[in-house]
Amino acid sequence: MTVNSTGRARAQDRGMLEIKNLRVSIEDKLILDNLSLTVNAGEVAAIMGPNGSGKSTLAYVLAGKPAYAVLSGEILLDGENLLELEPNERALKGVFLAFQYPTEIPGVAAMTFLKAALNAQRRARGEGDLTTPDFVRRVREAANALKIDQEMLRRPLNVGFSGGEKKRFEVLQMALLAPRLGVLDETDSGLDIDALRVVAEGVNALREPKRAFVVITHYQRLLDYIKPDVVHVMTRGRIVATGGPELALELERNGYRDYAEEAA
Amino acid sequence: MAAVQETVDRVRSIEVDAYKYGFISPIESDLAPKGLSEDTVRFISQKKDEPEWLLDWRLDAFRRWQTMEEPKWARVSYPPINYQDIYYFAAPKSGPAPKSLDEVDPELLRTYAKLGIPLVEQEILAGVEKPRVAVDAVFDSVSIATTFKAELARAGVIFCSFSEAVRNHPDLVRRYLGTVVPSTDNFYATLNSAVFSDGSFVYVPPGVRCPMELSTYFRINERNTGQFERTLIIADRGAYVSYLEGCTAPKRDENQLHAAVVELITLDDAEIKYSTVQNWYPGDSQGRGGIYNFVTKRGDCRGARSKISWTQVETGSAITWKYPSCILRGEASRGEFYSIAISNGHQQVDSGTKMIHLGRNTTSRIISKGVAAGKSQNTYRGQVSAHRLATGARNFTNCDSLLIGHECGAHTVPYIEAKNASAVIEHEATTSKVSEDQMFYCLQRGLSAEEATALIVNGFVRDVLQQLPMEFAVEAQKLISISLEGSVG
Repeated sequence: MTVNSTGRARAQDRGMLEIKNLRVSIEDKLILDNLSLTVNAGEVAAIMGPNGSGKSTLAYVLAGKPAYAVLSGEILLDGENLLELEPNERALKGVFLAFQYPTEIPGVAAMTFLKAALNAQRRARGEGDLTTPDFVRRVREAANALKIDQEMLRRPLNVGFSGGEKKRFEVLQMALLAPRLGVLDETDSGLDIDALRVVAEGVNALREPKRAFVVITHYQRLLDYIKPDVVHVMTRGRIVATGGPELALELERNGYRDYAEEAA
Repeated sequence: MAAVQETVDRVRSIEVDAYKYGFISPIESDLAPKGLSEDTVRFISQKKDEPEWLLDWRLDAFRRWQTMEEPKWARVSYPPINYQDIYYFAAPKSGPAPKSLDEVDPELLRTYAKLGIPLVEQEILAGVEKPRVAVDAVFDSVSIATTFKAELARAGVIFCSFSEAVRNHPDLVRRYLGTVVPSTDNFYATLNSAVFSDGSFVYVPPGVRCPMELSTYFRINERNTGQFERTLIIADRGAYVSYLEGCTAPKRDENQLHAAVVELITLDDAEIKYSTVQNWYPGDSQGRGGIYNFVTKRGDCRGARSKISWTQVETGSAITWKYPSCILRGEASRGEFYSIAISNGHQQVDSGTKMIHLGRNTTSRIISKGVAAGKSQNTYRGQVSAHRLATGARNFTNCDSLLIGHECGAHTVPYIEAKNASAVIEHEATTSKVSEDQMFYCLQRGLSAEEATALIVNGFVRDVLQQLPMEFAVEAQKLISISLEGSVG
């Protein structure tokens, strides 16, 4: 009995995220061209590729950004087709996107935003709102781990935040919302080495068997701190190679040239 | 996606129609004959047992009104109003002057309970944490009850219905009535002067800080009734008072006219803080019905170093035409105007302020936040003028507009006049849209589109919300969320 149920759980976790033959365009330009990808629970999957290969598009399409037209294909999270869900419904299913360029919302304190998001997700699960002391305690713990100043949380969301502050705040939100799937879009861009380390440690602390990450990056550097289980190479809107962490090092040495030809 | 759009459209049409305060109370009324003539004016004055001088004042205004034309310069449009097809006086039949709350029609008290107004003193007193607010409630044309009267009297503060003030404090009324908004001022103010039925009166004696917030709730209940209330507030030397008015009306298919006049007067070193949360019925999703809110509000900083501050949260009315203004007459007096005007559906808002700098070193500040959604039109219209003797006058104006969707409009019409070289007038204005990126960011964190819009709008109006008395800021915040329901799709 026990063995069976564990076995089933494992089988399900194996294909936690399955993207099948995804074709996506924006303003009539084809960006994702028959992309297929599988990410297992507990896995950190790095997606590397040159500029313009469609990495950020993949991140946005996973989260359901409206501007993109999905022409065909499927995105299954735990067997459920995400493409039929609104962006907030996907969030409630556990999809979290750490934005490359987090949006400013003037007049809304970062703390207020955190509370609204956390309570929206709790309500969707049928849990009550957190009490204020409980909420404050959780935020404080998570913020301390990311070296986020309490003062920053009183400022309007992302307004006047430095590059490092914005990325740390993204990871803070991820820590509090505890998603099933974390998608990190170029989280290393605009970070100095110290900030990069703090952010990477924040992500590593969230790694667990039931959770998966898709880490999108242009450079190998981030992967020195967040060790991937699998590395996928993406060019011209599709995955062209898949390997272990050593693939990232090879790309660092030789660049994307070989794969660019393969895709052509 | 089509199905989603359909759902959104349906929700939108339901929500706009779901005006929370749209119930009608089954109360018998005592109506004046329909239409307007000298007889109507005499009828009202007689009903209220008014002295001769007030009847004459009304009749003067009426004769003047007959020669006037409706203003047409506002950016609003509506079919012509038939002023003969309106009841100018409607009083609940239970008797216009109850001695205590026990004598008030229980149906009326139930109405106020539905509105969430803490009318019953005992209830307020029982709740230790509840804000201490004295309430005067105006139902159609008549003021029903004023709570906390005794405690205010101990502080020397007079807070009563206008009719009562005419009876008990005729000298004060006579000295100040019409001195800020003269009976000849404009079409609607003049009409009000002729037919005003009731309203609130406040007098705070020298050096007294009013011990609690004062509040009036206005409610139009009767069909085809115009509401013409008149509020007069005087803060004598060194006095302070904070006053809040709230407004609701039942849902009706026909339009109803509300033409109020508010006059504020501050003497030396006095301060009046006047806050409005206006939630008149805005009409349905097709633009039928709703209140025409044509109101004249003006404060006169008569004394040196006195201060008048207007804060308004406007979410209701089919049409809003109002410009709470300050005449800065006293040296170093100060005027402030903080406004949130939210329009949705087919609402039309033309609102703003006037800051008239007459005295030396007078200062003023205007912060206006307009939010337009649906098919609404939202105009800020403001005037800042510094007269020849107003040396050292300073003004700062900031007008921001936020658009939700692409069928609405926001407009800013500032008039600036400086007649002396030392005046400094600053004007800032921005117009922005709730961006798709902002919405997506919020949705990605699990907020619904409605929650996201409310959050973004509340952020946008935060500077002004902070100006409201604490206990009303929360109410206003909820009201903003309610009035924006159905604005996203």
